[in-house]
Amino acid sequence: MAQVSFDGVTKRFGETTAVDDLTLSVPDGELLVLLGSSGCGKTTALRLVAGLEELSDGTVSIGDRVVNDIDPKDRDVAMVFQSYALYPHLSVGKNIEFPLRQRGVDKEERAAKVKRAAETLGLGELLGRKPAQLSGGQRQRVALARAIVREPLVFLMDEPLSNLDAALRVQTRADIVELQSRLRTTTLYVTHDQVEAMTMGHRIAVMSNGKLQQVATPEDLYARPSNAFVAHFLGSPGMNLVEGMLVESGTADVEGAGGRGTLCVAFAGASVPLPAPVADRVRGSGPDVVLGMRPESLRLSPDGSIAATVVIVELLGAETHVICSTETGARVIVRQSAGAAKPGIGEAVRIEVDDDPRAYHLFDSSTGERLGGS
Amino acid sequence: MPADASTTGAAAAAAPNGAPAAAPARHRPRRRPRRRLRTIGSYTLLTAAAVVVVFPIYITIVNSLLVPDQLVQQPPPLFPTDPQWHNYSAAWTSGQMSKYVATSAIMTAIIVVGQLVTSILAAYAFAFLRFPFKRTLFAICLVTLMIPFEVTFITNLDTITSLHWFNSYAGLSIPFLATGFGIFLLRQAFLQIPRDLQEAAQLDGYGHLRFMTRVAVPLARPSLAALAIFSFLGAWNQYLWPLISTGGTTPLYTVQIGLKQLLGTEVSQIPVSLAGAVIAFVPLVILLLIFQKQLVRSLTAGAVK
Amino acid sequence: MTAISAPVEAAREPKARDRRGLRARLRKEAALAYLLLLPALVLFGAFSFYPFLRNFKLMLYQTPPVPGLPAHYVGLHQIVPTLTSTQFTQSLVTTIVFVILVVPISLLLGLALAVAAHRKLKGMAVYRVIFSSTVVSSVAVASVVFGTLLNPVVGLLPWLGINPTPPALESTTWALPSVALITIWQFLGLSFIIMSAGLQSVPDELLEAARIDGAGSWTRFWRMTVPLLSPTIFFAVVVSTIYAFQAFGAVDILIGPQNAVRLHTNVLIYNILNTLQIESNPGSAAIMATALFLIILGLTLLQLRFLERRVSYAR
Repeated sequence: MAQVSFDGVTKRFGETTAVDDLTLSVPDGELLVLLGSSGCGKTTALRLVAGLEELSDGTVSIGDRVVNDIDPKDRDVAMVFQSYALYPHLSVGKNIEFPLRQRGVDKEERAAKVKRAAETLGLGELLGRKPAQLSGGQRQRVALARAIVREPLVFLMDEPLSNLDAALRVQTRADIVELQSRLRTTTLYVTHDQVEAMTMGHRIAVMSNGKLQQVATPEDLYARPSNAFVAHFLGSPGMNLVEGMLVESGTADVEGAGGRGTLCVAFAGASVPLPAPVADRVRGSGPDVVLGMRPESLRLSPDGSIAATVVIVELLGAETHVICSTETGARVIVRQSAGAAKPGIGEAVRIEVDDDPRAYHLFDSSTGERLGGS
Repeated sequence: MPADASTTGAAAAAAPNGAPAAAPARHRPRRRPRRRLRTIGSYTLLTAAAVVVVFPIYITIVNSLLVPDQLVQQPPPLFPTDPQWHNYSAAWTSGQMSKYVATSAIMTAIIVVGQLVTSILAAYAFAFLRFPFKRTLFAICLVTLMIPFEVTFITNLDTITSLHWFNSYAGLSIPFLATGFGIFLLRQAFLQIPRDLQEAAQLDGYGHLRFMTRVAVPLARPSLAALAIFSFLGAWNQYLWPLISTGGTTPLYTVQIGLKQLLGTEVSQIPVSLAGAVIAFVPLVILLLIFQKQLVRSLTAGAVK
Repeated sequence: MTAISAPVEAAREPKARDRRGLRARLRKEAALAYLLLLPALVLFGAFSFYPFLRNFKLMLYQTPPVPGLPAHYVGLHQIVPTLTSTQFTQSLVTTIVFVILVVPISLLLGLALAVAAHRKLKGMAVYRVIFSSTVVSSVAVASVVFGTLLNPVVGLLPWLGINPTPPALESTTWALPSVALITIWQFLGLSFIIMSAGLQSVPDELLEAARIDGAGSWTRFWRMTVPLLSPTIFFAVVVSTIYAFQAFGAVDILIGPQNAVRLHTNVLIYNILNTLQIESNPGSAAIMATALFLIILGLTLLQLRFLERRVSYAR
């Protein structure tokens, strides 16, 4: 059983807390992505599992044993570094063989395992070369081969694709996913790229400032972000977040589109009525809230509830991003399909929000937490 | 496969596949006992090594402050209970350390300044000017580094003597006013200056002299400092040349040769001669502390790519 | 079809006047360059190249042992006798033993200390200063310092139980090792600095990867650090060998010309010096000096050839 667990894990470097009270469990066989921007603590968390850093507090477990005090070499984990960390003075074959030598595996078995690992990653021809003679993609595969040859309990990957060019990245992404699902080894994968996270992870753990923001499947993370940070981080372009106030429409000072008793989010030039299921959940919160709407849930329509001015129109071929500015100055991006009529810059438009209750995300304006539960 | 709703924070500890959730209790910080042992081990080893390395100097300082009788004591005193500071003044005056230090200082100053100037001029030519035989001449400068002093000192002594420079500052310093190492180091530094700067200066009407003094030299300051400290150390600590190029009735001894004079076999002389050694050594250590970076830079110019 | 193109100015042929101007400028530049190089080149010529060449001339002249008589030309006949004399061969052997004692030990110690002080523990800077401090010591200082330590009358060594008779610096067996010890101590600082600088270029990630792959500290040191450090070690070997072959200050200060031969500490360079100064025999000295130079040169070339092959460069 190669489950990985963080329990109240904290890591401090002097004054700064890199990982703050992280509690997270990765079941056996899962590929969990640790996602976040630089400095959020994801790499530190990974290194804590590897044993390259010491915990300040809490425990890390692999399988059913606590590994806090166990040396990296006895933890049975393998790590792929961002820079690959290939031994430059050893040939590819010897690089891959290295972990086996340390474990006293006998010669024949070593040769067989190296061969298998090399073939799995298409390195059969390159065993005699030195790392300096390989391309970036090839070096990356050597790093992977070195990791899998030991058949460890856990794979740890620290942004392994970030040094590859875009095309290679896409290809290798698929290769890693395929490899992991075949080997079924528990994998912790660190990245700042949300596209990688969304396409590769069984689950994603979003981190910011050392704290775990949310851990869920990509679909859940996308559809039900538990706070404004996660909401905005995922998605390209990210979710639109606008500050406003919860008001019952029909009151004197609000221009409402809905009838009496409809809960709306109001801000300058806009009064967005909330569908009943949503309103029922969030009634009583606020009044200051943050309304989140994904660009694909928005349309330009004369009946729209948000008044805005077009600032930029980005033609991306298959779709168009219309970046608008509301009367409060907030930026709202509307995604249009290629065929829709494109507005001109400076044009005054109205933005309509989809009827589907799932298109509305409300967050507390001070804590950023999702309102009304999941 | 975990397909339930998204969770945050502590609740995520509940593993969806049925394994029991970890207790959310606070955990005391775990100190790795083995790690700590290793750290203590490292410190012990390092301290022991440091003591061994520093010990000779330390005991020298101690002994320089002792009365001769204390030197022969068993066990030897490890700390001067009654420091004989007058040993230092004795070394300075009757031991002539003051004269030796002055001589060394003057000679070193001449050499350092000379090496800096000749190296700057030559390196500037190699880095910024175009002229025929540039590569050959540079090679010639580097080749001098391979000509060791044992084959040159015999003739140099004759040269010095015939120029009436024996036992003089000229004789002590002039053979060393140029160094291939300095030219190499500064040329590298000058080559780092981007071409654009040179062209901009040209457009602004800077002649070579102004460019050299206002732009190139200031920008190459780190390498200049490295060269200066390297030259200083080399000149101050030199032994062979000051030994053979000085002599006669009023020999112009440097600190190094002076130390040799100071050292006698009489036990009574030892503390004074040790005081002389301390005078010769301690200022350099202070210099090392201040200019550590520059010194390391010059010493490793060839070792690390 | 008429090609649509912007009107292109025909390239101007450089006028004769321009060409002359350019040449004049280049000439001025070259003149300035030679002027700037003059001081260095004159000094090199006078104090490096001329002596080097004259050394060959000196080899051809023998100075009679009677003072005052001029040297007379003997051509190459002086060379073989000088190089086969016991004085030369003995001093050569002494020097070789000395180098064998000094170089490996000081490099190993420097490497060990550099590795030990390379950790990211608190206070490492202090240790680093201490270990590099001997680089500022001159041979005179080191000799005086150790001379006192090894002095039979001074109480330190006897208290530690080391009480050789005759005393170390007067013993035929221990004089050379003592001098070697002084040189090792002196060289330790430089060795440490060079090795430390080299260690900086070994990426931490590589050692971390090795750790995760199961390599213990000893394995990491021998199979990772040392191979990756080999260019630096190579540089240190070459530099320290050249240096050790030319070291003699401790012998002069603590043993002196009279006792050097008897105590087996007559290193070659000291032999050359005394042949010049005391025996007033520049011809013989020049021959031995050339021999020393060739030995060092040959050794360096050998090292470049054979050792460099075992050096693994990262690129």
